[in-house]
Amino acid sequence: MQIRPILATLRYHKAGTVLIAMQIALTLAIVCNAMFIIHQRLVRMDKPSGVEESNLVVVQNEWAGKPAAGQIAALMAADLDTLRKMPGVANVYATNTYPLSSSGIVNGIGHSPDKRNYVSQTAIYFSDENTLATLGLKLVEGRNFTANEISDLGDNDRIAPAVIIITRELAHRLYPDGSALGKTAYISDKPSIIIGIVDRLQIPWVDSSMAQFADCSTLLPFRQLLNTTHYVVNARPERLADVTARVRVTLYAAHRLRVIRPKDGVQTFAQVRATAYKSDRGMAILMGVISAVLLATTAAGIVGLASFWVGQRRKQIGVRRALGATRQDILGYFLTENLLIGMAGVVLGGLLAVGLNLWLMKQFEMERIAPGYVMTGVAMLLVLGQCAVFVPAWRASHVPPVEATRSV
Amino acid sequence: MLAHYLRLGMRSLRRNPILTMLMVLTIGIGVASSMTTYAVFRAVSANPLPEKSSQLFAPQIDIWGPQSRAQGADMPDALTYTDAMALLRDKKARRQTAIYPVNLTLVPQSERTEPFAVNGYAAYADFFSMFKVPFLYGGAWDMSQDDMHSSVVVISSQLNQQLFQGADSVGRTIRLDDHDYEIVGVVDDWNPRPRFYDVNNSNGFTDPPDIFLPFTRAIDLQMNTNGNTNCYGSAGRKPGFDGFIHSDCAWVSYWAELPDTKSEAAYRDYLTNYAADQNRAGRFHWQPYITLRNLAEWLDFEKVVPPETRISLWLSLGFLLVCLINTIGLMLAKFMRRAGEIGVRRALGASRKEIWAQFLAEAAMVGVGGGVVGVAFTGLGALGVGLVFEPDIARLARVNVSLIGLTLVCALLSTLAAAFYPTWRASRVQPAWQLKSN
Repeated sequence: MQIRPILATLRYHKAGTVLIAMQIALTLAIVCNAMFIIHQRLVRMDKPSGVEESNLVVVQNEWAGKPAAGQIAALMAADLDTLRKMPGVANVYATNTYPLSSSGIVNGIGHSPDKRNYVSQTAIYFSDENTLATLGLKLVEGRNFTANEISDLGDNDRIAPAVIIITRELAHRLYPDGSALGKTAYISDKPSIIIGIVDRLQIPWVDSSMAQFADCSTLLPFRQLLNTTHYVVNARPERLADVTARVRVTLYAAHRLRVIRPKDGVQTFAQVRATAYKSDRGMAILMGVISAVLLATTAAGIVGLASFWVGQRRKQIGVRRALGATRQDILGYFLTENLLIGMAGVVLGGLLAVGLNLWLMKQFEMERIAPGYVMTGVAMLLVLGQCAVFVPAWRASHVPPVEATRSV
Repeated sequence: MLAHYLRLGMRSLRRNPILTMLMVLTIGIGVASSMTTYAVFRAVSANPLPEKSSQLFAPQIDIWGPQSRAQGADMPDALTYTDAMALLRDKKARRQTAIYPVNLTLVPQSERTEPFAVNGYAAYADFFSMFKVPFLYGGAWDMSQDDMHSSVVVISSQLNQQLFQGADSVGRTIRLDDHDYEIVGVVDDWNPRPRFYDVNNSNGFTDPPDIFLPFTRAIDLQMNTNGNTNCYGSAGRKPGFDGFIHSDCAWVSYWAELPDTKSEAAYRDYLTNYAADQNRAGRFHWQPYITLRNLAEWLDFEKVVPPETRISLWLSLGFLLVCLINTIGLMLAKFMRRAGEIGVRRALGASRKEIWAQFLAEAAMVGVGGGVVGVAFTGLGALGVGLVFEPDIARLARVNVSLIGLTLVCALLSTLAAAFYPTWRASRVQPAWQLKSN
């Protein structure tokens, strides 16, 4: 295929050529960045929380009428008992928060009682001896809390645990050169002994600003006696729906003076996850839809302009055919012409994609786009362009030679 | 003449319905995607109190020093209880209030109804006049009741509906948690979005608060904040509520009303002096540093517009641009196909301007079509935003008259802009060439 005559012809319809190339370039720039955003969001949503999500239901309970801390301890114990007796419930514990809940406490943890001098930040989960079993956490080293290690913690009491269980990631940050088990760490101004290490437990937040310590969680042996408590219930998977439906009524039947919000007081972990990643999923959907419609628009544009060019050049095509060009020659001509325009478009588009990414990095704290996305985008647009031009090109190849002798 | 051009345009558009439909759809989808994301953006970036936004200020005081920032802790966007009380005592602004969110429970008299949670704010009397809170019944408590730590409450019209079926409940008593409060006012429908006075705790678009009660009373009753508490190295604090409020933890929102630039400058000096005093008293050990942002600046600083909303707006504008380039190409193809016809008209005496007007009329029809399709798709988009944005934010994106108008205008203008080059080319067709080749 001779390229020079094609280039010469393109000079005669500069406007159309430039328009298609520009459209391809902009589409490429937007689509690669959109794909990159989609991928980032999917990676974030894919992050394992470390808990046995399919079995869990969480209940947010508020005591009505502000009972005193002493009363709360009794009420809470009664609730845990009630929940444990529910058919289908395997285990339960009370806590301040749970992974993906978007609320909780962050502390610094390190090797010094001076809290301004910490090694890492960590999320704090108040736990008891049932926490590991309820959440289905994998203890990789050490042991669980025992029942007599769990103490009561009133409102605004000092948090200074004697023993803690931490995640593997946090253990590695605190003691990169060896096992953290049995060693001490300061989460308050008093040292705490690390008695156990769990494989993985995500913090309550999924925001990128907290991603830096996303897997650094600490379990503290406290029963927090606040007005608001969360019960985490592990139900057998086949009974999960049943337990979710009955838990609110069961608790109210046991004690009336409480608030479990009808709207979101009881949530399965699947709902918790959906809520936590709502904006990530929304962003991925939006980017996907925009990319798809954008690609379709660009394809339609190529079909439209190519059809116009074919219509304009029927006579020339007829002449070429009469002079001995085969159908393949004509088909090849239009495909090559489109490929040349497409290549110009993707070169420009690749630059634009990187530029757009730089701008997004500056404005929205995004990461640098991996070259793979641009490469994939380039391949995708070139293939799309060739597919789009195929029908008009095929029609062109079927222009009969006799067309040369006709005037319009 | 215009009617004639429109008729000609209609005929031409009907001649290749597929190409016409493609153009109309392209414009429609491009405009609709921009308008849908714009509707969301408009809702979240709105100024909730335009007439006073330049007079309301939120201060920050550097209580943790430069070392905390070196470790990645931001300067807190709330004050400590200690500082908020000091500022309130000095009363250097025309009006001022400390605010913190509270969550209480309400136990109805009837055994049959379940207790329910009420959310609201502990604030000072100035809150209501500063933020122009409208009242259905009664009014705000007065400043003396702040000083007396009175057990009074202002409730929302919604709570008033729920408890008193909408009757004037001023003077009646409600029991929140374990204390009684006398109702002094019922707020009329009031929920500024974003909720500027609490964006440091919430996303700013949640349901309206149910109650407001005196800050001094809330502290007496040791009510915990329902919002964020930011501490830095405060392990040495005393236990209990008293230890908490006197710690270096920041959790109290603070607003000051400063009517003009002079009072703003004076307040800035006052805050700097206050920080310097703390230095002298040995509490701070660094260069005094304060900020004072007005409402609009504060919303910006707190990043109330989620990055998702911004990115989607920009990307859909990029999408609209591609749609327009596409339309330019399609129109060029469509118009230039009729070069012969143009040649004949030109030869018969039509001026370039007339040709230009004729094709522009045709383009305008495409634009109107695109606008109609755009309005339909914007409506669909507004229904679909719930899939993409936070529910609190998504429900703010409403299709109203101004959005429909904007969609139509945007479609028409962008189509005419796209038509600029194709119509110009059409008007430059050389009659002689066309006639010859035929």
